[in-house]
This record gives sequence, structure tokens and C-alpha cells, in this order.
Amino acid sequence: MSWLAIWGLVAGAYLFKAFGVLGLGRASATSPGRFQPVVALIPAALFSALIAVQTVSLDETLVLDARIFGVAAGAISVWRKAPFVVVVVVSMAVTAVVRWQT
Amino acid sequence: MSSHRREGLVLSIAVGIVGVTFGVLADAAGLSLPKIIVMSALVFTGASQFAAVSVIDAGGSGLAAVGSALLLAARNALYGPVVAHLLPKSVVPRAGSAQFVIDETTAMGSLPDNDIDGRDSFWWTAIWLWSLWNVGSVIGALLGAVIGEPETWGLDAAFPAAFLALLAPHLRHQPGRVAAFGGAGLAILMVPIAPAGVPLLVAALAVVPGWWVQRKATP
Repeated sequence: MSWLAIWGLVAGAYLFKAFGVLGLGRASATSPGRFQPVVALIPAALFSALIAVQTVSLDETLVLDARIFGVAAGAISVWRKAPFVVVVVVSMAVTAVVRWQT
Repeated sequence: MSSHRREGLVLSIAVGIVGVTFGVLADAAGLSLPKIIVMSALVFTGASQFAAVSVIDAGGSGLAAVGSALLLAARNALYGPVVAHLLPKSVVPRAGSAQFVIDETTAMGSLPDNDIDGRDSFWWTAIWLWSLWNVGSVIGALLGAVIGEPETWGLDAAFPAAFLALLAPHLRHQPGRVAAFGGAGLAILMVPIAPAGVPLLVAALAVVPGWWVQRKATP
């Protein structure tokens, strides 16, 4: 990967972030009443999408593997109000054990 | 230590370990140490960095690598309005803070229910995350193949599980549940038919049914 490509990626990745904060962020701040309810739902939609994609996909295909057991164990831990570190460790441990057994 | 700080630190440690795996992959893809350092410090959005080095590793061009990486970076723009009220008001510091607006900092910043804790949570996570991500990727680049497969340790489940905990507060009200359910559904539908990154952008459309449910509930 050339230095040109690296700096292109640096610039591009930053421009998206800056557009979000300075562009979209300003637009939603100028009329908070209109946009605030929609903006408040972005984390719900995107984080659940992130979880879904990282649990059941691999290289642009859907795959069911050990991760789904780990994430399910994590979900139970969240539901039982386990501390954050427990959620992370339980899901890693279950994934590792299922993967090792299969 | 307050709970959001403890959670921010745990999340950053997990991300730091993922950073080690990024360093290993980037090294295997033939990137020099300075390039790996510049990428982690300045691109600073994990999924994009992984996408770039895996394209290079598979023999793709630099342009293809940047293209796939930017598709994954695009979602960070959607986080801007979510955390904008936690960032400095004057333009230069505000533009600088934008560099830290990614999945983890948005999640941690939007977790507390007041702006003072939200700001603390955002910045605490940003600083730990940036530091450990960079330390991790340098360690990975230097140790290279010594480390072995991170999947053996179930590390690939750590991130989605951590985000489950961070998603949970957004599910307390019905519009949040509708947006979350729709987002996950849209993303899964898009995975087989669109390049990586696009499913997340399409998932953002799930705010519409969420907003509709909310409007019906509050006339």
C-alpha cells in the first residue's frame, strides 16, 4: 500500500467524521425539535446493525459459527445485568470453547 | 471510578487487543511500521483499517483498498449529529474532536443521560481507545506471526458482545426497539448483496419506522 493510498485513506476517513460533526451536526442543532427524535434513534439502528454484521457475517457472506453462541451468552449476561467486563469475557470464553469443541 | 469510565476502559482494552491483530495483519500484508503507525493514529477507525489491509493482502490495488475502507468509514458521518452536543463549540477544537467520533466513542458518549457525564465518557473513551489502539497495532506489527490466531481466544465475539451491552439502554423505549430490530434486519439482508460497510448505511434507514412509532405515541 503506497504512501499516497495511506494519506488518501487518512483524508477520506477524516472527511466523513468532520462532515458528520460540522455538517450534519450543525443541521440537526439548528432545528433540534425536528431532528432530535430521529438523531436519538441512530445509535439503536446502527449498533444493532453492527452487532448483527459482526456476529453472522464474514467477508460479505452470512455465516453461522461459534460467534453466535458467544454473542448469545453475552446477551444473557446483559439481560442478567452482569458487569460490562463479564459480558465481554463470557462471550469470548463461550466462543473460544465452542470453536475448540467443533 | 465511575461506571462509564470503567466501561470505557474495558472497551478500550478489548479494542487494544484487536489493535494487536490489526498490526499482525498489516505486517503480513507488507505494510511498513511507519505506515501502520500513521494508519492507526490518523485513520483511527478500526473496521476501515482491517478492510484496507485485507484488500492489499488479497493482492488488490491501493485504490481498491481505500475504496472498501472508505465505505466502512462512511458510517462515522452518521455519528456526528449524535455526539455533536458533547463536542467543543468553537470551530478548530470542534474540527479536531471529529477525529475521535467512531463507533466506540459514540456508544460511550451517548450512554449517560446527561451532557456532563456524556462528555466525560466520550473523552475518557477517546483517549484510552486511541492510546491502546495505537500501542496494540505497534505491538502486533513488531511481534507479527508470534501471536497466532486471535479467533482462538474468541476475540471476534468480544466486539459484538460489548456493543450489546452498549445497545441495551437504547432498547428501553419502543421507538429504540423498532429502530434496533429494523437496523439489524436491514443489515443482514444487505450483507450478501452489498459490499462491506453498505449494510450499516442502509441500516440507518431503520430510524424512520422508529421515528414513526414515536410520533404515533406522542401526538
